[in-house]
Amino acid sequence: MTQGLEGPRPEERPRPEGRRNAQGIRIDPEVEAEPAVRRTVISALVTHEPGVLSDVSGLFSRRQFNIESLTVGPTEDEERARITLVIEEHEPGIEQAKKQLRKLVPVISVRELEPDAMRRELMLIKVSATRPDRVAAVTEMYDGKTVDATPETATIQVTGSRQKVEAAVEAFSQFGIREISRTGTTALARGDDRTAAREESPVEYEADGTPTTPQTTHSDDD
Amino acid sequence: MSEPAPSVATPEQERAQERSDDPEPDAEPTAEPVTTGAQSVIRALENVGVEYAFGVQGGAIMPVYDALYDSDIRHVTMAHEQGASHAADAYGIVSGEPGICLATSGPGATNLVTGLADADMDSDPVVALTGQVPTEMVGNDAFQETDTTGVTTPITKANTFSSDPDTVGDDVGEAFALANTGRPGPTLVDLPKDVTLDDTEHEPGEARVPDTYDVQERADPEVVRAAARRIESADRPLFLLGGGVIKGDASAECREFATDHEIPVATTMPAIGAFPEDHELSMEMAGMHGTGYANMAITHCDTLIAVGTRFDDRLTGGIETFAPDAEVIHVDIDPAEISKNIHAEYPLVGDAATVVDQLSAEVEESPRAKKWRAQCQQWKSEYPMAYDTPEDEPVKPQFVVEAVDEATSDRAIVTTGVGQHQMWACQYWTYTEPRTWVSSHGLGTMGYGFPAAIGARLAAEDDQEVICVEGDGSFLMTMQELAVAVRENLDITVVVLNNEYIGMVRQWQDAFFEGRHSASEYGWCPEFDKLAEAFGARGFRIDDYDEVADTVEAALDYDGPSVIDAHVDPQANVYPMVPSGGDNGQFALTEDQL
Ligand SMILES: Cc1ncc(C[n+]2csc(CCOP(=O)(O)OP(=O)(O)O)c2C)c(N)n1
Ligand SMILES: [Mg+2]
Repeated sequence: MTQGLEGPRPEERPRPEGRRNAQGIRIDPEVEAEPAVRRTVISALVTHEPGVLSDVSGLFSRRQFNIESLTVGPTEDEERARITLVIEEHEPGIEQAKKQLRKLVPVISVRELEPDAMRRELMLIKVSATRPDRVAAVTEMYDGKTVDATPETATIQVTGSRQKVEAAVEAFSQFGIREISRTGTTALARGDDRTAAREESPVEYEADGTPTTPQTTHSDDD
Repeated sequence: MSEPAPSVATPEQERAQERSDDPEPDAEPTAEPVTTGAQSVIRALENVGVEYAFGVQGGAIMPVYDALYDSDIRHVTMAHEQGASHAADAYGIVSGEPGICLATSGPGATNLVTGLADADMDSDPVVALTGQVPTEMVGNDAFQETDTTGVTTPITKANTFSSDPDTVGDDVGEAFALANTGRPGPTLVDLPKDVTLDDTEHEPGEARVPDTYDVQERADPEVVRAAARRIESADRPLFLLGGGVIKGDASAECREFATDHEIPVATTMPAIGAFPEDHELSMEMAGMHGTGYANMAITHCDTLIAVGTRFDDRLTGGIETFAPDAEVIHVDIDPAEISKNIHAEYPLVGDAATVVDQLSAEVEESPRAKKWRAQCQQWKSEYPMAYDTPEDEPVKPQFVVEAVDEATSDRAIVTTGVGQHQMWACQYWTYTEPRTWVSSHGLGTMGYGFPAAIGARLAAEDDQEVICVEGDGSFLMTMQELAVAVRENLDITVVVLNNEYIGMVRQWQDAFFEGRHSASEYGWCPEFDKLAEAFGARGFRIDDYDEVADTVEAALDYDGPSVIDAHVDPQANVYPMVPSGGDNGQFALTEDQL
């Protein structure tokens, strides 16, 4: 037999006891559990130049990060834009997303926002205006604003957290929804805290090497 | 024919000279001032010391070539832009400086794509300059218009569409700096024809990375201390060197650390040569076709010191069974590689050489790992990479690889295609020096080997032989570059391990598809030795063992490109083998173990 090599067969070899999970973390096989997925908001300060948005969206689709919304807009500095991403990933996935984002050359800084950060989105919702009084009542209930009204339709603007906007959609659905357009979430950190500063602090590690990251789930505020 | 470069000053310049009261008329002639965007592009390359560029002419890049005409940069016209991209890639690997490739817009640029993707996967420093249709025509589907920055965004480290003749030179300088700063990679500058033709007097400034780009050189000292304590107390420590060790010129530091503390060393494929494979501590290459002993060591170590590796799946096999007892110390310049595939208990972000030195300074006593080292040696004798050479069977490819290794110096450079021949070139050649192994690892690009040999030849020292180990299938993909090697009289020896199969596919079909050889058999193959002669190179052929030594010697003696068509055993297979996603410790030594 000239095919192959000599040596103990696979079943004759010693085998190690340990195992890793799909994220490459060593685990106790007895208590193996899938890591929990959480939703979080990532804010990136980027140079305001053509192509940045496609770099970022391309990165997220190529690496199969689970992305819920992506918004982009100008900032206080005309040479900088802010991209706000809402992603849903397990812990290692969130860390990867932040690091990959930071690697793009036009990205200046990246920060995962604390659970108490201010998060808002804007929705335009167009409904049938067959029951104008009821529409007005629901609009008021959600702090909405009627921005267009015709005999057939009413278009209402609602702003707030994702939960609030979703609840509003639910409430308006009784009138027959014609069209919806939502901006996706934009966000800022509270108080003195910079959302994504020019000089970001490097990832901090515990002495054993695990990165210190907020573990809490974002509770949508309003 | 374009206008010849003015070797004498124009009357206008002479008048200017007369007027000037230059105190030192004999001073070094300074470069002519830049007058166009294209000249600024070439000046930017000259400023960073570029010596070679590889490319193919064409409409949109003509202004750049016209400026190149007056430059000392030596341009090598390739047969195909793919060849230019691989030549630039190999030039980058061997020299440590970015390789430059040029192409026109549209098909020229798309022909570079494979080479850029290859360089991106392997973090090789390459700068691509592509022509583009004039700015005002962009977006109109003009002749030879392709959205080159769009196409190459996912396969470059950075790319840019240059829109201003005043800054185009700075864009090129920045692309060069980015390609070689931090984790290297390919960059691209797209050059619209109007931008390169337009007037500018702007001399490109110093080549530098943008302010938004920063690189961490030194690792967090606290984590270094924790990692050092772990190394000191390890029972079964193992070094795993990755391509970053070569890129970061950290071979000497790793060598010293490993030998000082007697820690066995395995490498990934891109790190071949980072540690001398003839050293007692060397376990050689790990992974899918790595040695049995390297894979046993990885599977059973308790402390893995991984430097400059991205834990590619061809290395790890199934994640669940990769070094499952090991705490991982991971050194990498790219923070995104830390805990991407394998969780690192000790993340050390920084430059490989710097961080290994930090660790060296911190480790006070060697791990007590005598038993472990003995175990590693035992695995070496239990799983030898031996093969038989029965006289009644065709020549074994492994034998040919060993014969060429023996006939060449330690510093000989090996380039390869992709397939079985590539794996034999890994396994049966003994590498002892960094930057002598030049191959396509992450992308696995057939056709890489020969154009890579051209780039390697131009980057190598004269006394380094350049050997291109090819498969018959891989060589057919880019062998037209022989025309270039002959024209430039490049001393390259091609060894085609000709099995008249796309052999790696045939091996997998035998193992996993019941031997159904769908589209893997040629049944016919050109005579590569005669083809070589037709190009003007020297051709040789090997059919028997007794021809091997003399033929290899004759081919090496020839001062110019030569091709040995070595007819080898078509049934030979590559072992050991860990099937995709398999357990490294359960590598197969024969087909029935798969
Ligand atoms: C560009 C490209 N196309 C297809 C493949 C898939 N592939 C991997 S190995 C291989 C066979 C290579 O044949 P050859 O160059 O003769 O090498 P051998 O395995 O016979 O030594 C093929 C087709 C590839 N890696 N690259
Ligand atoms: Mg073949």
